[in-house]
Amino acid sequence: MDKFLTFTIVGLSLAAIYAVIASGLVLTYTTTGIFTFAHGAAGMLAAFAYWQLRFDWGWPVPVCLVVILGMMAPLFGMLLEVVVMRGLRGTTDTVKLVVSISLLLFMIGLAQLIWAPGVSRPMSKFFASSPTIHLGPTTITWHQAITIGVAIVVGIALRFGLTRFRVGLAMRAAVDDPSLSALNGARPNRVSMVAWALGTVLAAIGGILIAPNVTLDAPSLSLLIVSAYAAAIFGRLRSLPLTLLGAIVVGLTDGYLTGYLPQNQYLIGLRIASPAVLLFLVLLVLPNPRLRGRMTRSREFFPMPSVRGALTFAGVVVLGGVVLMTTLSTPDQLTYGRIFPIGIVALSLVPLVGFGGQISLCQLSFAGIGGLVMAHLGHGGDPLALVWAVLIAAAVGALIALPALRLSGIYLALGTAAFATILDRWIFTLPKFAVFGWFTVDLFTQGSIGVDPLRAFGTKFDDPGSQIVIGAVAFALVSLFVIAIRRGRLGRRLIAMKDSEAACATLGMNLLGTKLLVFAISAGVAGLGGALYATQLTTIQAGNFDLVSSLQVFALAVVGGIGAVGGALFAGISLYAVLPLIGVLFPSIVQWVGLLPGATGIGLGRDPNGAVHPMREGFAPLAGSPSSLLVMALALAALYGLRLADAIDNWTFVIGLFVIPLIATAVATLSAATRQRVLAQLESSPDRTPLEWIGIDRPWTDADVERLDRELGTTSVLASELELHGTP
Amino acid sequence: MALLEVSGVTVRFGGNVALDDVEFAAEPGLVTGLIGPNGAGKTTLFNVITGLLPPSHGQVRLDGRSLTRLSPTKRARLGMARTFQRLELFSLLSVRENIWVAADVRKGWSHDRDDPATVVERIVEQVGLTAVADARVDSLPTGQCRLVELGRCLATKPKVLLLDEPASGQDENETVVFAELLRALAADGMAVVLVEHDVHLVMKVCAQVHVLDFGRIIASGTPSEIQHDEAVLSAYLGTNS
Repeated sequence: MDKFLTFTIVGLSLAAIYAVIASGLVLTYTTTGIFTFAHGAAGMLAAFAYWQLRFDWGWPVPVCLVVILGMMAPLFGMLLEVVVMRGLRGTTDTVKLVVSISLLLFMIGLAQLIWAPGVSRPMSKFFASSPTIHLGPTTITWHQAITIGVAIVVGIALRFGLTRFRVGLAMRAAVDDPSLSALNGARPNRVSMVAWALGTVLAAIGGILIAPNVTLDAPSLSLLIVSAYAAAIFGRLRSLPLTLLGAIVVGLTDGYLTGYLPQNQYLIGLRIASPAVLLFLVLLVLPNPRLRGRMTRSREFFPMPSVRGALTFAGVVVLGGVVLMTTLSTPDQLTYGRIFPIGIVALSLVPLVGFGGQISLCQLSFAGIGGLVMAHLGHGGDPLALVWAVLIAAAVGALIALPALRLSGIYLALGTAAFATILDRWIFTLPKFAVFGWFTVDLFTQGSIGVDPLRAFGTKFDDPGSQIVIGAVAFALVSLFVIAIRRGRLGRRLIAMKDSEAACATLGMNLLGTKLLVFAISAGVAGLGGALYATQLTTIQAGNFDLVSSLQVFALAVVGGIGAVGGALFAGISLYAVLPLIGVLFPSIVQWVGLLPGATGIGLGRDPNGAVHPMREGFAPLAGSPSSLLVMALALAALYGLRLADAIDNWTFVIGLFVIPLIATAVATLSAATRQRVLAQLESSPDRTPLEWIGIDRPWTDADVERLDRELGTTSVLASELELHGTP
Repeated sequence: MALLEVSGVTVRFGGNVALDDVEFAAEPGLVTGLIGPNGAGKTTLFNVITGLLPPSHGQVRLDGRSLTRLSPTKRARLGMARTFQRLELFSLLSVRENIWVAADVRKGWSHDRDDPATVVERIVEQVGLTAVADARVDSLPTGQCRLVELGRCLATKPKVLLLDEPASGQDENETVVFAELLRALAADGMAVVLVEHDVHLVMKVCAQVHVLDFGRIIASGTPSEIQHDEAVLSAYLGTNS
């Protein structure tokens, strides 16, 4: 009984923290319609700030609390609203999601920039030195008591605030109909600013309360939020009382699992993953959403890729791989080689998110499955293991999709994020186990597992250079596959589904089957990427395939342009070429590099078509100018030759690689512009004036009459002969 | 027995009764009109018939078979097709591709031997969109968008065709052509149900007209009967003058 009460109190104090964080989430979601993944990160930053003030600088507790909760958190929330959130009105779920994910990555980067990771930063609990309070047969620490008390106060304050005060009423009105409430004199901008300020304060309270219970680590503290998400989902992101109930369920589950879970090595991970498991389960029992018509018109447009363009793209990618192999030193090959396998994982998102409008935040988990398959079945580098990696990842993808696919938008994002968490914290940490007694599986033997290099056609691809080429070829082939999907039946079907599920259903389309198919394809592609990634890494561990990496790939692929294969290449290049390069080029700002992936995503709201689209438009004139193309190809080949002969170094080579296409494009653009001007002059020349317009903007001439006669087959007497101009 | 039968359909949104015990039928080979003031429940009735909205009470039957528990997809495969008042086109695709999606879907589950590509070309011509077949539907005027939606329906080879304000956004000439098209479709054996505000068009092509007001059918009959019905006049022109 004592034990039961003790863990009830442990659970309740956790529940209290989740309730505070989750109510902030519900508050911002209901007032602004934006579900923020960065909510936990805001709490994380507050926890770090508190550590800084309280424990590093030794300020007194009340001063710290006033500074953080009274000034920093609300200001930060308002800043978020003004700089980021306000621009998101009327954008698609995917864009909102990417922006908030980018914000999460940005905040993690920021925290790691200010507070270097890997340093122990102990935080003591509130009133840790005071004796515990005796409550009948059990005891409760001051920290626990304060936590529960704070949650109760927050709950009551929210309840009163939302029903009694003007701002609260305006918030609730804004939920129902922002434009209508604006007409009635509420100011939506101010309301949403108040909501973000309040939401951030709530996240900060949660962060400060929870940090002493766990280690102060930016990523894990930010993702602790999954527990709060689970609580908020109980209330369908809208109801505060149900959210409170959800928080109690999640908190108590955690508490009791801590107390009563048998000391079993298979179940340790379950406790850590339990909020994610609960989140997944709750999502499954949510009632089916009704099929509705389109709510917002999307601003997205992804043009149909041409066969020629696709082949060119694939060819350039393979050439790029060869160039990397022949020009880079081995350590550099190790770094830049990851462009392609991670690019393939990003490619897996193109049919799923770009065409089908589904969201998955667990692509790296599928990649992890692919990597594991490669490690276990690819002994001696058997290429058949690649096929297995694709098939098994696809099967797992379909299995996950089956329950998750009733969901859409933000719920699907949460469901897949929960799956990634479950895999990453529990399944991947499992020790050796037997499957129905048939065979034993030992996923990551000692936390990590070795992967043999591929062997095909009698060659062993064990050096980083040849692996780059393999990766490039695989990327090129998968790109062609994805483009074939876009040009074919499935592509049309996916785009149709993304545009209007209601219309698809009334045309007799099997929506579930279509989603299942695209999920399986996408997981299979991610599995292939993971398998190749694994052969490059040579040893893999669960940490290579965690949720944060998935979020990075997702965000960058959307930033690049999720509707086109170029966007996926952009993601790979950004992560494994641009970021390392910036570190080399500007060593002084190397610690700022962590901020970049997030920072790029935050600007996405402006152009949902991604960065690659305008780039391609820029290079378009080149395609229409064979002479410029030829000269460019020769110049590039010459440059490559010089590099191979070691006449120039890599820096000159890289600069040339950029400059030559730019010059060629400029020349092609200029000549195209000249041609345009000549054409335009021809258009406006007298001969080009349509027959019926002749003589309107200027007097008739003999030439006009002759032309009329010529084109109409008539014969007239010329005006000059009649001296028409002279007659009155 | 009519091809499409709606009996006793009631829909409540909270305390608001959107449809109240609606009885309605459509015969093959005829165009059946459904008119009524804005907010009368016409689109809601279409949503119930196609399965997008479960009714609080009542039955929908096709060929005597109850559809009430079937999903929109199943109903579509049994021969139900509709257009949307607030267009639900696949805006990222071209006119041809929009219709192609529907033809592919039909090919996917039916035993038709027809090549979807030929079906699509025939329909593009039938609805008169040959000139804009490769244009993105986003760039078309509303009148033509409505024809794309109609073409998409035809590609599913429906038995019942529900058209939700298909002529709004069309100019006079387009409406004349459209009326001919409707007659031809009905003559092919389809049961066409037409929700439309263009009363002139309704009176011209419909064999039977039902009038819906505040969720109730207040009158049913031939166009000429409806034009002289007291209840209809008061619903449209205000209470008894």
